[in-house]
Amino acid sequence: MLSGILDGIFNGISIGSVLLLAALGLAIVFGLMGVINMAHGELMMLGAYTTFVVQNGFKQLGGVWFELYIFVALIAAFVVAAAVGLVLERGVIRYLYGRPLETLLATWGVSLILQQFVRSVSWQFVVGLGLFCLLYFGATTLLARRANWQQIRSWAIAILLPISAGIAIAIALVAGQMYKLPFTQPWFGAQNKDVTAPRWLRGGIPIGDYQLPSARLFIIGLTIACLIGIFLFLQKSPWGLRIRSVTQNRSMSACLGIPTKTVDALTFAIGSGLAGVAGSALGLLGSVGPNTGQNYIVDTFMVVVVGGVGKLVGSIVAAMLIGTANYVIGANVLQPLVAGSPALSSFFEFFATASMAKVMVFALIIVFLQFKPAGLFPQKGRTIDA
Amino acid sequence: MSIEIIPDGKGKGKNRKPLLIEAGIVAAIAVIVLFVLPPIFTGLGAGFQIGLLGRFMALAIAALGIDLIWGYTGMLSLGHGLFVALGGYALAMYLQLQIPAGQIPDFFQLYGVSELPTFWQPFYSFPFTIVAIFAIPMLVGGILGYLVFRNRIRGVYFSILTQAALIVFFNFFNGQQKLINGTNGLKTDTTTIFGAQVGSPPVQAVFYGLTVILLVAAYALCRWLTSGRLGRMLVAIRDDEPRVRFSGYNPTGYKVLVFAVSAGLAGIAGALYTVQSGIITPAQMNIAPSIEIVIWVAVGGRASLVGAILGALLVNFAKSTLSAQFPEVWLFFQGALFLAVVTLLPSGIVGWLRTEGIQNLRSLLGLRQPVATYPSLETDPEVKYERQSVGNRESDG
Amino acid sequence: MNAKVLEIENLTVSFDGFKALNQLNFSLDEGELRVIIGPNGAGKTTFLDVITGKVQPTVGQVRFKGKNLRSLSEDQISRSGIGRKFQTPRVYLKLTPRENLEISCSRSKNVFAALFQPIPAAERRTVAGLLETIDLTAKADLPAELLSHGEKQRLEIGMLVAQAPDLLLVDEPVAGLTDEETEAVGDLLLALAESHSIVVIEHDMEFVRQIARQVTVLHQGTVLCEGSMSEVQTDPRVIEVYLGHQEEE
Repeated sequence: MLSGILDGIFNGISIGSVLLLAALGLAIVFGLMGVINMAHGELMMLGAYTTFVVQNGFKQLGGVWFELYIFVALIAAFVVAAAVGLVLERGVIRYLYGRPLETLLATWGVSLILQQFVRSVSWQFVVGLGLFCLLYFGATTLLARRANWQQIRSWAIAILLPISAGIAIAIALVAGQMYKLPFTQPWFGAQNKDVTAPRWLRGGIPIGDYQLPSARLFIIGLTIACLIGIFLFLQKSPWGLRIRSVTQNRSMSACLGIPTKTVDALTFAIGSGLAGVAGSALGLLGSVGPNTGQNYIVDTFMVVVVGGVGKLVGSIVAAMLIGTANYVIGANVLQPLVAGSPALSSFFEFFATASMAKVMVFALIIVFLQFKPAGLFPQKGRTIDA
Repeated sequence: MSIEIIPDGKGKGKNRKPLLIEAGIVAAIAVIVLFVLPPIFTGLGAGFQIGLLGRFMALAIAALGIDLIWGYTGMLSLGHGLFVALGGYALAMYLQLQIPAGQIPDFFQLYGVSELPTFWQPFYSFPFTIVAIFAIPMLVGGILGYLVFRNRIRGVYFSILTQAALIVFFNFFNGQQKLINGTNGLKTDTTTIFGAQVGSPPVQAVFYGLTVILLVAAYALCRWLTSGRLGRMLVAIRDDEPRVRFSGYNPTGYKVLVFAVSAGLAGIAGALYTVQSGIITPAQMNIAPSIEIVIWVAVGGRASLVGAILGALLVNFAKSTLSAQFPEVWLFFQGALFLAVVTLLPSGIVGWLRTEGIQNLRSLLGLRQPVATYPSLETDPEVKYERQSVGNRESDG
Repeated sequence: MNAKVLEIENLTVSFDGFKALNQLNFSLDEGELRVIIGPNGAGKTTFLDVITGKVQPTVGQVRFKGKNLRSLSEDQISRSGIGRKFQTPRVYLKLTPRENLEISCSRSKNVFAALFQPIPAAERRTVAGLLETIDLTAKADLPAELLSHGEKQRLEIGMLVAQAPDLLLVDEPVAGLTDEETEAVGDLLLALAESHSIVVIEHDMEFVRQIARQVTVLHQGTVLCEGSMSEVQTDPRVIEVYLGHQEEE
């Protein structure tokens, strides 16, 4: 019985910490900008792929290096995801502030593009894309210096876009003919890739007759580290202060000279970077594929809905609750308690799979929202909800 | 046959004539689609395209439903695939049961089930099935909507919750092999209806005709709902829901009603789509198909019923062409479509046509720009002044 | 002594410890026109929020015609006869002024009425009359988003009147209006006061002087003093909180 409870707590926390790690970035971005990023899962996926690449690199080095690759991978995943997030914010999301539903659709578009990107990215693809960016953005930058840029803008784009695309595609195709397979072969393809954890993360730490898997312990530790990092950043650093002030009152902050646009970009990059870290950790738990992110996205959204906006503690509690509920229902932990009643017992039996547990958890969330529609820790105040 | 976002407030008598003209145009288009297009395409050896058109028109009914709640009422549902699937499953279950008495559908044997699950029993009845196709989605939508709207959950929260509900049902249908054949879904094309095989050309032709008729009916229903007092309330709720409460209205009832109607339309769309495509699987309840319905409406033009239909047809034909020839490009294209519509063409094709499109066309043809006000206003000095300074207005609005 | 239309007892509203209203007591007679003034942050708008049900009181209660409003939602309170005009005009921008008024004027507010009942002729006439009163007949069928700020203010006052409430809560009705418009609104309010109870929140002291009979001064969530305009103006406590306004006297 005791080991059962221990098992339940550990697994609940373990699932919860993955959820929390994944939801952390989302919650911060949503809290600050009211933007739900549907591409968040894909940023996680990018982090996971980055881990895969780093792992392959360190495999070549072998020995002790391979044991330590995960730390490099975490940083690399953060940087890659943050960079993509920054591009996303500057390129798309900043035009859509104040239109949350449209942002939802636009970021979904981005998520589709990113999914297909990792499937079909190859040297050929990269060369073509690079060339296109060079031609198109180079030409528009040059033309933008002209005085009458505003007048010719739409015409210029209409002409430049197909021309640069045409040249880029043509050169990529020709190069593909010349260098054949090594050049055209996709880097990752549509298949899932396996990330091998370092040896010290593969075993487990025995407690009595029970094994705590090291990888899961590592993820719990990583989540705590990320939480502390974010907490310190938000509470102690000058940019953290600016982020908090913009979260609370955007227009007042702007009046006080806080560069809200930079704050937005920074927050979004950090939120994306955290998604990358989460993806990197997910790689340790299993294989990595183009659809990795999709599996987590709805659960992380639920963490944000249950937790409420604007407070980290809400996300923490919500993630742990949802994680534990998922495990308790999915693994039928309560079975011994309800064994006496056949009706209850078969009821719980029915929901005792990972996917059916989600059905039950969703029902619980809906019930929960009947009592706390604004989440566990709602924002109060005079400014809320015009 | 442009549909105004804002139903105008003039007396009924004045409204009747445009309404008759509109009905005439709709009827004419329906007749063309029903009787003229099929022989032409079949003659050209492209009968396949007619099959596609039938399916896409079925999906257009779901698009109308989305337009009703998103375009007019401002609620973005990312879970309408659920209702489409529920309608599809309802009809598919009926068709699966069209077998000699005493037998149960084949797939049950795979999982060692020898007795028909209880909830299948009512689907022996044809009338029950017809009602269930729209009533079950309406009921599910109504209950979900009530539980959510009652607590004033709206905006992105609502969108996320609809998506979560969708995934929950996806998991449920996927996991229950013994009840509903899990991932494999239910096939309909080899089943029979009134003694004829569903997949055979004559039956498909009947479904094609039925789709056209129901699409027109759905259009008429949405047209009726969005004009008049209810339509105005929906727009008011979309623009400022808290304010509606202070005017003494409880928006919950209105929102539940349109959400349920919209779910019912999606159910009908699902049933028609299923019998024309031959199968319904839980994949219909994955995240992507539901968001795709939204993008059809966005492409066509929000708060425009014609736009919703147009968008559904255009995007789906683009998809079937592109994804057949360049399967890799399609996702990139679709992603770009989401981005482009949202950033560059927020009011969709129809919205653009109504504003800039008409102007551009007129200036291309060298025509005078029309003046879009009432004659009595032309003499109002204040209006004249405002029209001159119209550019400055956006800052204080 | 008239019957009390609005009684507020010991009302406290706190947001995470901050008391926006603090043990406030207030009462309004039937048919009275009361102006509430007070410096920024005195809790004037929260005061209206509590009455209209947007904010729930932490302690204390609000009674309208003897009925406790605590458990009622905004729409129920509105239907029971309290109308509110917001600080910044909140009209339905995509609808025309006529439709805005029709929405407010309509007596049957449930879904099925909206679906199946046409607008009664009496309501159409009321709306046409109101459009005349607020001088928007010429623009009755333009989307309200094309109206100027002052026109939106007038429209919202019209919507308030269309609702035919017993108690009107009017938050800064003349902000952004010209002098003539301000005076017109003042006359309108005075005319309405013949048959309604009205609470007006206003900063514009000229306007307050035009319409005020009884004035209540709010400060830091409580009633600082109450009385006629001249009494209030000479009250030393009021002068203290309104330092900047001394020279207006």
